[in-house]
Amino acid sequence: MKKILILGAGTGGTIMANKLRKALDRDDWDITIVDKHKTHYYQPGFLFIPFGIYNKQDVIKPKANFIPAGVNIIYSDIEKIVGEENKVLLDGGKVLNYDFLIIATGTKVDPSETPGLKEELWHKEIFDFYTIEGAVALREFFETWQGGRLVMSIAELPFKCPVAPLEFVFLADEYFTKVGIRDKVDITYVTPLPGAFTKPIATKMLGDLLKEKNINVIPDFYLESVDNKEKKIKSYDGLEIPFDVLTIVPVNKGDDMIERSGMGDDLNFIPTDKYTLRSEKFENVFVIGDASNIPTSKAGSVVHFAAEVVFDNMMCAIKGRELRAKFDGHANCYIETGFGKGSLIDFNYETEPLPGTYPLPGVGPFGLLQNTKMNHYGKVIFRWIYWHMLLKGKELPIENEMSMAGKKKS
Amino acid sequence: MTQKTFAGLNLEVTDEGYLVDPSKWTEEIAKEIAKEENIELTEKHFQVLKYIRENADSGLTIRKIGKSGIVDIKGFYDLFPGGPLKMSTKIAGIKKPASCV
Repeated sequence: MKKILILGAGTGGTIMANKLRKALDRDDWDITIVDKHKTHYYQPGFLFIPFGIYNKQDVIKPKANFIPAGVNIIYSDIEKIVGEENKVLLDGGKVLNYDFLIIATGTKVDPSETPGLKEELWHKEIFDFYTIEGAVALREFFETWQGGRLVMSIAELPFKCPVAPLEFVFLADEYFTKVGIRDKVDITYVTPLPGAFTKPIATKMLGDLLKEKNINVIPDFYLESVDNKEKKIKSYDGLEIPFDVLTIVPVNKGDDMIERSGMGDDLNFIPTDKYTLRSEKFENVFVIGDASNIPTSKAGSVVHFAAEVVFDNMMCAIKGRELRAKFDGHANCYIETGFGKGSLIDFNYETEPLPGTYPLPGVGPFGLLQNTKMNHYGKVIFRWIYWHMLLKGKELPIENEMSMAGKKKS
Repeated sequence: MTQKTFAGLNLEVTDEGYLVDPSKWTEEIAKEIAKEENIELTEKHFQVLKYIRENADSGLTIRKIGKSGIVDIKGFYDLFPGGPLKMSTKIAGIKKPASCV
C-alpha cells in the first residue's frame, strides 16, 4: 500500500483529496489529510461580514463535509516535516509516513510582526478582516460608529487576496453612504505598492475608481509601527498618518510548522518550482496554494487552477515519469466595487490584467476591468459554486490555463 | 527599450531605466545611475548593492534586505530615500523586483 499525505484541509488540500481519491485505486493508495481545525471557512466571505452583508453562519461548514469517503482525516497540529525520511511528525508524537506529500498549509496573518499593532486597541479600534474574529469585531464597531478617519493599511507584501483591501474601501464607501454619514467619514487607502495595484492598466482603472469615490490613496508607505496612544501609523521613512479606526492587512506568513521543518523562506513560504509546483528541495513533495512562494496571487482561484497542474504532475511522478504539466500563474479575481457592481481581473505570470470579456470572447457575460452589475452577481453566485463544486474538485466551465481570447491589448 | 550611455558605454535600459543585461554592470555605471537619483554612493551603499546583486533571483524585499545583516530597514531608507528597493535595484543593475500580486 502506497501513501499520499496531504497537510492542510483548506481549499487546496480539499480539492486535491477529492481529485486523487477519484483517480487512484483504493486497494493501492492510502490517502490521509491532516488539519488542526474542524471548520472550513469560506474566506472570500469575510470581507462582507463587517458591513452586515454576511453572517458568521454564511461562511462556515464542517471540513468533514467536503472530504470524500475513503480519505482518512486526522485533526491534529503538525510538529514538523522530515523530508529526508519521508515522514511527518504530529503533535503528541504520532508519525505519518508518506510516498508523496502535498503541502497545503496556506498563509496566516501575524499582527505581532508589527510593533504596536496587537496592543490595547487591537479589535477595539484596530481590526483585521482576515480572521472571523476580526471581521465580527469590526462589524460591531461599525454598527454604532459616528464617523471619523478610517485608514485601510497594508503591512507587507505578499498578502492573501490582493484585491480584498480595495474591495473593503469600496464597500465602506457604500455602507457609510447608506447609513447617512459618508460626509463624516474620511477614507484613506495606504499601501506599500506604488499605486492601487501592481500592474499599470489595472492600477489606472482602480485608481480612477478610488478617486471617483473620494477615497484618498497614499502609495509607497512601508509600515514600521503603530502608535496606540496618538492613534497614528508610522512608516520607515518617517511619515505619520492619524486614524480613528485602523483596518489592517497584517504581515502574512506561512505556517510556523514550515519554519520548524526548515523548509521556508524568511516569511515561511516554501521555495517551489513555479511551473511544476514541486518543492525545490524534495522530489516527492508538491506545494499548492498560499503555502508556496510562487510569484502570483495568494488566492483561492489560483489554488483551483493550480490543482489541475499538481494533479497531472502527481500522476506523472507516481509513474516515475517527467512532470508534464506547467502552471502559468493563472489568477481570476472578482472585485466588489460597491453599490451592486463589480469588476473582474484575469491574469498570469506573463500577462497583466487587461480589459475585455470573460470567459467567452465578445460575449462575457463578465466584463474584464469593467465596472458592471453582472460582475457583482458573479461574485455572489461564486459562494454557491465554491461549496458545491469547487471544493469537491468538479469541472467548472472555465479553463485552468489563462486564455488571451476576449482580452484587448491597447 | 531605449539606449542610454553610462560610463562611456551604450547600454540598453527599460522604460523605467533598469539595465536590460545585469552582466554589463560596473561600479562606475552604478555611480552614474545613482547621480541621476541624487545619491552619492559610499562604501555602505556598495555593500548593500553587492548583497542585492548576489540575491537578485531570490525574490528581494525590503524586509529581506533588512535581515541581511548589512543594514536594517531604517538604514536602508537612509541610504536610498523614498523607494529604497526600486532605487537600489536600479543602481545595482538588476531587474526591477516583481511585486507578487
